[in-house]
Amino acid sequence: MFPDQFLFGVEVLLNGLMAGVLYALVALGFVLIFKASGIFNYAQGVMALFAALTLVGIMDGQVPFSHLINAIFGMDVHHFGWHVPAFAAILLAMMVMVGLAWIVQYFIFRHLVGQEPIILFMATIGLAYFMEGFGDMMWGSEIKKLDVGIPQGGSFWIEEATAFLGGSNFYGFFIDQLDIVAAVVAIILVVLLVAFAQYTKQGRAMRAVADDHQAALSVGISLSFIWVLVWSLAGFVALVAGIMWGAKSGVQFSLSLIALKALPVLMLGGFTSIPGAIVGGLIVGVGEKLFEFLIGAPFLGGATENWFAYMLALVFLVFRPQGLFGEKIIERV
Amino acid sequence: MFDQADSFITADGRTIGAVMMEMKNITLRFGGVVAIKDISFDVREGEIRAIIGPNGAGKSSMLNVISGFYHPQEGEVWYKGARRPEMKPFEVARQGIARTFQNIALFEGMSVLDNVMTGRLNHMKSGILSQAIWYGKAEREETENRAVVERVIDFLEIQHIRKTPVSRLPYGLKKRVELARALAADPKLLLLDEPMAGMNVEEKEDMSRFILDVNDEFGTTIVLIEHDMGVVMDLSDRVVVMDYGKKIGDGPPDEVRNNQAVIDAYLGVAHD
Repeated sequence: MFPDQFLFGVEVLLNGLMAGVLYALVALGFVLIFKASGIFNYAQGVMALFAALTLVGIMDGQVPFSHLINAIFGMDVHHFGWHVPAFAAILLAMMVMVGLAWIVQYFIFRHLVGQEPIILFMATIGLAYFMEGFGDMMWGSEIKKLDVGIPQGGSFWIEEATAFLGGSNFYGFFIDQLDIVAAVVAIILVVLLVAFAQYTKQGRAMRAVADDHQAALSVGISLSFIWVLVWSLAGFVALVAGIMWGAKSGVQFSLSLIALKALPVLMLGGFTSIPGAIVGGLIVGVGEKLFEFLIGAPFLGGATENWFAYMLALVFLVFRPQGLFGEKIIERV
Repeated sequence: MFDQADSFITADGRTIGAVMMEMKNITLRFGGVVAIKDISFDVREGEIRAIIGPNGAGKSSMLNVISGFYHPQEGEVWYKGARRPEMKPFEVARQGIARTFQNIALFEGMSVLDNVMTGRLNHMKSGILSQAIWYGKAEREETENRAVVERVIDFLEIQHIRKTPVSRLPYGLKKRVELARALAADPKLLLLDEPMAGMNVEEKEDMSRFILDVNDEFGTTIVLIEHDMGVVMDLSDRVVVMDYGKKIGDGPPDEVRNNQAVIDAYLGVAHD
């Protein structure tokens, strides 16, 4: 028998881990693009929103640009009247994300090769706002429910299996099933991404481009192709993140703000490391929940979760600017 | 002496094949600066062709034109009997032209083996989906290409550093790894930009031996840039001499060595 307070702390820790996995999922998209092209993609959060909007739209058989069509042609169409099963809709949404990757590369970044990082960053800000508006225009701006069949609510078997740990007031650990699914999916995703990068031809080419553009060209790698590939992968990660966050809290504008939560994760884990994104996500998730539980709520009046991650990132920046797993920055004088 | 004949035998008894690449009246400018001025020369199958000249003569620029990194404003590049349209470097590489760089361009974060494997990328044909799913064909391809890479690694005597990250290697070995990566592509034409720059005498001798062996065993045509006159004279079948973006000599080493314009350029006679 453990004291209730301790068990509650453990529950907070577990939920922190789950939240961390979701942060890591967003951070992963940033790392992929930053590593291969040096672009800090501010639009990653909006990509997750756009992917989730597209998925819901396809599943519900929504007519894209229906407002526009109705206004121009004086029609009144909203739905095709069919419903697409979740699995097929996810595949279709993925195809849309690949198309988006191609458009982004051919209409924007192809023309900005060799520009300063700040210019590339600005371009992604423009892209973020464009995609936000475009997503609204295409699918409408109301809050949507996303149900791809992931179970939600507390997991009973975990509660039952752990209830014996505490006294009569303890009913077992409460962990949302959605969070468990998200964690499992995230782990599979990371394993797949790492395997792809390490053991396939395209993965090797991707790492080569991330390392040295000139050398990559000299062995016959098309930079454009690799960048489209990387943006597609980031689009895929955005779709997964969009599904998890969308299922959790509905598909709405605030989904795009999870990108801001990924920033401290990246500062902790380093901008160039896939394992870093995961560990950074976990540290932020656990850190902010535990801090709130141990210090925030009892002493500081609560609501520390809003700023704790940034504070932690700031401390890290001072002592280890390259992050936990980032490449060491050595400036030769 | 050098007509359009299909092949001929050089002074030291080596057989040189037909014209493989021809540069016709190449002019390259950067803004107002003329890096290469109206240069023509050819490269024949199986030969070692050197480009020499003082610093800033435009040698590297010429190599960059051949490999598609620079695009000349005037002139034509002919490859295998056809005029080559303007190509990106990766397209040139896919035509069987591999290169090394003056300032070593390796994938520093990857192991020697991985670096050399990138040289095989163009020989791997399976599509992105089968690669991702990794079924039979992709796996067989990986094994086959791995075998080629191991042969190259043996050939250049870098077995002992196969798994070492490139960033940990000394300069001379990096140069050798870069050559290995280029060789792994099984190129028709190999471009070497100062393969011996910054090396000590022993390393230079090793590198010379490797270059000769590559040419000898695989019949690879080689175009190389080198500063060291002694090395050039030993290695090459024919030499192009450049100075201030112009061609001032072209022929076998012995002939070039006695060319007055070449002697002036190297001894630094005042230009008037």
